[in-house]
Amino acid sequence: MIEVKGLTKYYGELAAIHDLDFSIERGEVIGFLGLNGAGKTTALKILGCVLLPTAGQVTVDGIDIARDPHEVRRRIGFLPDTPPLYNDMSVGRYLKFAAELRGVAGSEADKAVAEAEEKTSTREVHDQPIFSLSHGFRQRVGVAQALVHRPKLLILDEPTSGLDPVQIVEMRETIRTLRGEHTVLLSSHILSEISQTCDRLLVIQRGEIVAQGSEQDLATKLGGGGTIEVEVQGTSSRAIEVARTVTGIGECSVLHEAGGVAVLSLQGAPDLRPKVVRALVQNQIDVLRIDRGAARLESIFLKLTQDKADGRPQ
Amino acid sequence: MSAVLLIARRELGGYFRSMTGYIIAALVLLIDGLLFNAFVLSAGEMFSADVLSNFFYISFGTTVIASVFISMRLLAEERQTGTLVLLTSSPVHDWEIVIGKYLSALAFLAIITLATVYIPALILVNGKVSVGHLASGYLGLLLVGSATLAIGVFGSALARTQVLAAIISGVIVVSILIAHLVSRVTDRPLKDMFMALALYARHFPPFQSGAIHLRDVVYYVVVAYVALFAAIRVMEARRWK
Repeated sequence: MIEVKGLTKYYGELAAIHDLDFSIERGEVIGFLGLNGAGKTTALKILGCVLLPTAGQVTVDGIDIARDPHEVRRRIGFLPDTPPLYNDMSVGRYLKFAAELRGVAGSEADKAVAEAEEKTSTREVHDQPIFSLSHGFRQRVGVAQALVHRPKLLILDEPTSGLDPVQIVEMRETIRTLRGEHTVLLSSHILSEISQTCDRLLVIQRGEIVAQGSEQDLATKLGGGGTIEVEVQGTSSRAIEVARTVTGIGECSVLHEAGGVAVLSLQGAPDLRPKVVRALVQNQIDVLRIDRGAARLESIFLKLTQDKADGRPQ
Repeated sequence: MSAVLLIARRELGGYFRSMTGYIIAALVLLIDGLLFNAFVLSAGEMFSADVLSNFFYISFGTTVIASVFISMRLLAEERQTGTLVLLTSSPVHDWEIVIGKYLSALAFLAIITLATVYIPALILVNGKVSVGHLASGYLGLLLVGSATLAIGVFGSALARTQVLAAIISGVIVVSILIAHLVSRVTDRPLKDMFMALALYARHFPPFQSGAIHLRDVVYYVVVAYVALFAAIRVMEARRWK
């Protein structure tokens, strides 16, 4: 669906992105992960045909964005970091304008607006003026304008930026519903969102891709293999002793222990969770909760960006 | 509907959905009326044709100032608020964005200009003026408006904020407005060139007195064309930044 080769963008002397290479398959949900100023927005603006690159080639569905940006724009829905909303318009009128602008005309536009509102749960604010919307609804209307013309590729720049926890969950749900129907490329510096929403991650740091692959791939590549978080009833020392007997479990540490309940972090792939539970239960240790390690992705990300900053090869 | 008309329709609706449009319209009509009352009606006895001519003289000034204020928001405001991305990420050419915006501003200015028709109507009722004189004056005002609005669109394409856009357009408009003063202190061929460039002195008085010269029409159309062409080039260049 998207092929990016040697993509470079200079702002004066400064290279915002340098020699980016990656490809995205149809139907994938890709997370563009990077710290603020890493070059995510610049890369997405180029893919969204808003900005022209200094060098390199980008093709969407085999069409070069520099040669035929018009054709590419028809296939793309773009949500920039600030949703491009006209405050003086009502949601319905605004979405219809966006649809018509992208070539969806007449009654077909009304149908497309209804569909987009359905997908983004914005039907209830159809007649409401945009200036009166909450931040969460503004963000959702931003997503609706990006998909109102049924594009093949959706580019969402920080779609959860500034949302409260409830709104983040809703937005995540919205993005999940888009899976399959659209290829989605979204950026964020909030790592847990990327982990929960995307099939694959592209980690960008100082304008360069420092790693790409699934969360598991990245964890394996970095030698950590992931972590498991387990909450047990009893003493931590006994639980650690048992957990260590499971093949594949490495270092174990206590995250929290109080009132006869211990929370442990076990070094090992999340796939080992059934084996860990079995081992603990067979040894009469009650398991209250078991999950993937919450800090796992953060540690991968920090390791990647730290290594890059230190100049160490990946 | 073509992208140009879509953008123009949305933009024109925007003038009426916000207070800005009403405020600009009210101010133009108020100032036009006050100046007409202060400088024309209080100037003693006059021929109706002279009264009408003076009305167009006053309206020239209000039209030029209104154009700068109407156009300053067109692109600069969208850039400021981030809504321009909706247009630049859609399958719409930069020229369609610029022309669409320009047409909406022109339509809005035309509405305000035509709303001043009650003043010449009063002259028509109480005196004797030809409809041709009236049509010529209004054509002149619309042509001046189309040229200064285009300069405003150029300023708005260039600037990051509305205030800066107004300053840039204002400086350009004033520069060509006072070009005839420069021509007084220069020798030929610069003298002729500056005189030919003058926004008011050379080209508007014929409209004001009821005469339509093709060279004056062409002048205003060329100014509008050059300014819009420059605005489109600025928009295209911005895709590299």
